[in-house]
Amino acid sequence: MSSTDRREDAVRRILEGTPPPVPPNLHADAVRRGSRMLHRQRAARRLMWLLLFAAAVAFVVWASVAQPWVEPPSETTPPLTGW
Amino acid sequence: MRERQASQDARRAREFEAFVAGAAGRLLHAATLLTAESPDDNPRARRLLTASLAHTYASWDRLRGEDPYDRTRQQLAVRFARGAWHQYGALSWAHPRGRPNTGGVLHRLTPQERLILVLRLFEGVAEEQTAALLGLPLERVRAICARAMANLLHPPREAPPAVAKVVPS
Repeated sequence: MSSTDRREDAVRRILEGTPPPVPPNLHADAVRRGSRMLHRQRAARRLMWLLLFAAAVAFVVWASVAQPWVEPPSETTPPLTGW
Repeated sequence: MRERQASQDARRAREFEAFVAGAAGRLLHAATLLTAESPDDNPRARRLLTASLAHTYASWDRLRGEDPYDRTRQQLAVRFARGAWHQYGALSWAHPRGRPNTGGVLHRLTPQERLILVLRLFEGVAEEQTAALLGLPLERVRAICARAMANLLHPPREAPPAVAKVVPS
């Protein structure tokens, strides 16, 4: 056994020491905080989808009204009349 | 949909309770070593662990086979490092002298030395993973671990008081 291993073992023994007692309400506290985080995450995700959906609807409505793919009537050439 | 959600909630609660029952003792021990508090009076370690466990609970359904113990330990280390950063400006600057003895065995070490020592020797995390987790080069982790071990096994003598006594002339 090398001296490094011996030193590591000595440190491990010091670290093991006396384990602290686990408080009885640890699990309940963690679950309460965790479910609050979970609800917040879910609400944020729902809000994001809602915004995405609203943006998509707004775009479709605008596109169907403005019809940007239709070529606008020419404004430089006068209309041909009297042929 | 609602029924599936309810069954998922119940399963998560059951699994999480079993996980906490099995792992809380070990994790609380590690947290108490990190904060250098005494085993009987460790409010900071409890707060750290509660926050880390809450994070694990929130991401339980997205673990996808990852070890929840690993995840919680990672959270614990990251939260401790962030807290030490905010408290002392930088992780390694905080000098242990001048701080009250809080009763933990590691109270002589800096927060960074404690973090690396606990991860490497108490939890048995590999050097490479420790370095990656803390964003430090491998050599630096090795050096800090060696220094922490030396400080722990052969504590330096108490520093002389900073202000020298004024000798009346």
